[in-house]
Amino acid sequence: MSYFAFMGALEQGFAYGFLVLGVYLTFRVLDFPDLTVDGSLPLGAAVYAVAISAGINPYLSLFLAMLAGFAAGAVTGILNTRFGILHLLASILTMIALYSINLRVMGRPNMTLLGKPTVLDPLTNAGIGLFNAAPLLFGLLSIVGLLLLLWLLQTAFGLCMQATGANPQMITSQGVATSRVIILTVGLSNSFAALSGALLCQSQGAADVNMGVGTIVAGLASVILGETLFGCRSVGRALLAALLGSVVYRLAIALALGLKLGQFSVTPSDLNLLTALLVVAALSLPGLRRKVLRR
Amino acid sequence: MIEIRDLVKTFHPGSVNEVLALAGINLRVKNGYFITVIGSNGAGKSTLLNCLAGSYAIDSGHIQIGEQDLSYWPEHRRASLISRVFQDPLLGTCAALSLEQNLALANRRGCRHGLGRGVRRVDRELFRQQLQQLGLGLEDRLRDPVGLLSGGQRQALTLLMATLIRPQVLLLDEHTAALDPKTAQQVLELTVKLIAEQQLTALMVTHNMRQALQLGNRLIMLHGGRIILDVGEAEKAAMSIEDLLQKFYTVRGEEFVSDRMMLV
Repeated sequence: MSYFAFMGALEQGFAYGFLVLGVYLTFRVLDFPDLTVDGSLPLGAAVYAVAISAGINPYLSLFLAMLAGFAAGAVTGILNTRFGILHLLASILTMIALYSINLRVMGRPNMTLLGKPTVLDPLTNAGIGLFNAAPLLFGLLSIVGLLLLLWLLQTAFGLCMQATGANPQMITSQGVATSRVIILTVGLSNSFAALSGALLCQSQGAADVNMGVGTIVAGLASVILGETLFGCRSVGRALLAALLGSVVYRLAIALALGLKLGQFSVTPSDLNLLTALLVVAALSLPGLRRKVLRR
Repeated sequence: MIEIRDLVKTFHPGSVNEVLALAGINLRVKNGYFITVIGSNGAGKSTLLNCLAGSYAIDSGHIQIGEQDLSYWPEHRRASLISRVFQDPLLGTCAALSLEQNLALANRRGCRHGLGRGVRRVDRELFRQQLQQLGLGLEDRLRDPVGLLSGGQRQALTLLMATLIRPQVLLLDEHTAALDPKTAQQVLELTVKLIAEQQLTALMVTHNMRQALQLGNRLIMLHGGRIILDVGEAEKAAMSIEDLLQKFYTVRGEEFVSDRMMLV
């Protein structure tokens, strides 16, 4: 793998890192399979692209993208808790609704950021090359995100989040309305997904209404890959594993895309197959390892 | 003071499975009274507790604690007045969280859960003291996940959590039924101790008639969703299990022979 391919994979890994942290929050902490991210990731990209084009400060635009993502997640949470729709179905409903909304936000299927200010400007102005600046900035941002989540999970509200996922009856009888916790947590998770979308939009230079397809699979794959490779004994370790899982996942994809076996070479169209294989491997590895060790 | 008036609860109303679980319960409990609740399976004991705690919405009637009418309060709001211990030792605590984190949640029962630190240093000292009185050595395991504890330890912890902030009413739903006899006895002793120390108003559902007679200062028996027997302290003290069964059969007739099973 070339240096550029490696840095590109790092950049993608960190950009998707927020999504993966968000997926960890819903899937692992809240036990809420949330497919909204397939819609909220492109929503974040769309809002970011529109905001940047309107001349809004790039960092403020990131924040706006997060707000939009939060709203999308909160809708899923409300559909689930207030209207009693099954969590999976509620998230699918929001997801397909977001496809239309994303088109409305942009007014067209895709939007480029050519010639607009970017979040990377402060770094490139300081003389850091573009190929180093993006992974550096995204990496820093995702570490900040990780630390924020780690702090949040240790607060009183964070304990409620963890207990809502693990034992709803217990936390209800401690006086906490689980519906409120679910709405806020799914919202937060999707604000992270939207931030990923905005960063990806920045790194690709364009927002596309179809960029969210398969987001949840990639997110879940990264979470599982991270857990398998780095463990999840404590909350901090699990968060770090999720973020590193995202990076490893992108590196693995980059490696696979550069693969050549005689006449056969892997192309980007094989990406979905590779993702599926990677998830199968990550899911079955812990079980297989246990079997081998027992012998 | 708890006041329950004409409490009615029907499951699956309007369907072939319709069950009248509570058919008009009337009950006044003075502060500091410890009531044991007995009755055969399906008598409505657990339903009564669940209606009090707010897990089940009631059809009609009133539930009042002190001056407050909480008939239609959601479950989480009632937690500011009511705490409970479940039959299943796994239900009352959160396995993924540590002992101190569980206690921290209980220490905020009915309060806001904001963005302050979950477990503060001052809390930790309090938790250690509280755990010490259990005599289970849990005070040295504050940071262990609760999932590592045994059922009995978890039930003792649940009891502690239920009384960490003094509740207006403590509900115990066969909370020793899932434990082995020795552990059950320990948890029961702890229950009695905590209730006495804090002079709690408590309702304890039990299947054990001896327990029901020995403990508390009032006994009620439910059948078919109604209170069919209500015995005060003096009368209860003079009662034997045979007397209790005799009462039961005279009130209900001889159709429930299988309820001799309750003796065990």
